[in-house]
Amino acid sequence: MNTVIIKYNAGNVRSVMYALDRLGVNYSYTDSEEEIRGADKVIFPGVGEASSAMAYLKEKRLDRLIPSLRQPVLGTCVGMQLMCRYSEEGDTRCMGIFDVDVRRFPQQEGFKVPHMGWNSIFDYRTPLTGELPENAYVYFVHSYMAPVCEHTVATCDYIVPFSALLQKDNFYAAQFHCEISGDAGQKILERFLKL
Amino acid sequence: MLTKRIIPCLDVKDGRTVKGVNFVNLRDAGDAVELGRLYADQGADELVYLDITATVEGRGTFLELVTKVAQSVNIPFTVGGGISSVKDVSALLHAGADKISVNSAAVREPGLIDELSREFGSQCIVVAIDTRFIETAPGKYEHIVHTHGGRRPTPAGTLEWAREVEDRGAGEILLTSMDTDGTKAGFALELTAAISGSAGIPVIASGGAGTMQHFCEVFTEGKADAALAASIFHFGEIAIPELKDYLTEQNIPMRRTR
Repeated sequence: MNTVIIKYNAGNVRSVMYALDRLGVNYSYTDSEEEIRGADKVIFPGVGEASSAMAYLKEKRLDRLIPSLRQPVLGTCVGMQLMCRYSEEGDTRCMGIFDVDVRRFPQQEGFKVPHMGWNSIFDYRTPLTGELPENAYVYFVHSYMAPVCEHTVATCDYIVPFSALLQKDNFYAAQFHCEISGDAGQKILERFLKL
Repeated sequence: MLTKRIIPCLDVKDGRTVKGVNFVNLRDAGDAVELGRLYADQGADELVYLDITATVEGRGTFLELVTKVAQSVNIPFTVGGGISSVKDVSALLHAGADKISVNSAAVREPGLIDELSREFGSQCIVVAIDTRFIETAPGKYEHIVHTHGGRRPTPAGTLEWAREVEDRGAGEILLTSMDTDGTKAGFALELTAAISGSAGIPVIASGGAGTMQHFCEVFTEGKADAALAASIFHFGEIAIPELKDYLTEQNIPMRRTR
């Protein structure tokens, strides 16, 4: 099996690589269209800011390539947000794979933003959570979120309910960081790689 | 529900943990990687590795250690100790650290916080604040920021500095009370509550953990988002699974792994 991590200005993806190493998976880290198209599985990671990431994807024409992929694709964190229609962060038009707009968390007394730490996810409707107990804990760090929508296949609640996992056709996405979410995150990655 | 976090802290010198560690089930108590993995398996929510090495050679060893930790631990970890530049941070993040913490260098040059959060994102920039309650004028006592392991007072008031680091882009504050550190008499609840209650970013309380009840207090009265401790975990005085069981019974939201 041949797995690709998409290379772009998405900050530090070292922990994603190490997570794949722990699962014994071979991968390449590349922005080559040919390699990405030829992969069995594609991981689209991301930490950082949406508008500069999107600008870079456009420059490299990855914004057209990614939505056209046919194999299973997994976006994480900012990667997930870039797969949505639009993000309030930097007023950014995104790739539009998931028909939902990314919003900043509303302000509420007693709730800090970013949403940082371990939170539980529920209402599973995806093969990715196959081995997880209901209310499994995963690790989040984000200030923007995709509200619950038709593509939501796992929900989390912080100030408001929001999408923890999205799924549409061959596209999967996680708002949390599977790679540092303990055994729960590892199982989700494993399920994705076995799709 | 977003849980409160339990964070063991490991002091590392020349790549090895220094505080006497007495874990019978570890082959090598000084092995910082193995110890980190053990804590992760026990349900620690994050780890902090502090490099207390003074030499340049030791720094290289620490970088190797960070790589090994990142390879073998599947929870987030923060590294700190002597970080003073974008270059330092870049090397540590590249080695696989999830967050870095700055302390003295940020006090010396506050613009460093802005620079780091711009370059790497607030989410990975922790500002560590060491504080002590001291007499600043005859009969006048204040919480004052200290550097050099809490030995040297600065002109900065702790509450003001906490606000400033947030404004400059810190993603999290690691607040250590040098008054309670090592006492095992409990965290500095009032100060932690004053800072965490008004901060828009998470606050990790540190210094003074001695009993499970102390953790409960720092999350309720102290309003902390996370609590850090070292020796009580290293010496096995409090085991993380039992601590989490206890805190769950006290209605503190905890991530359970078993």
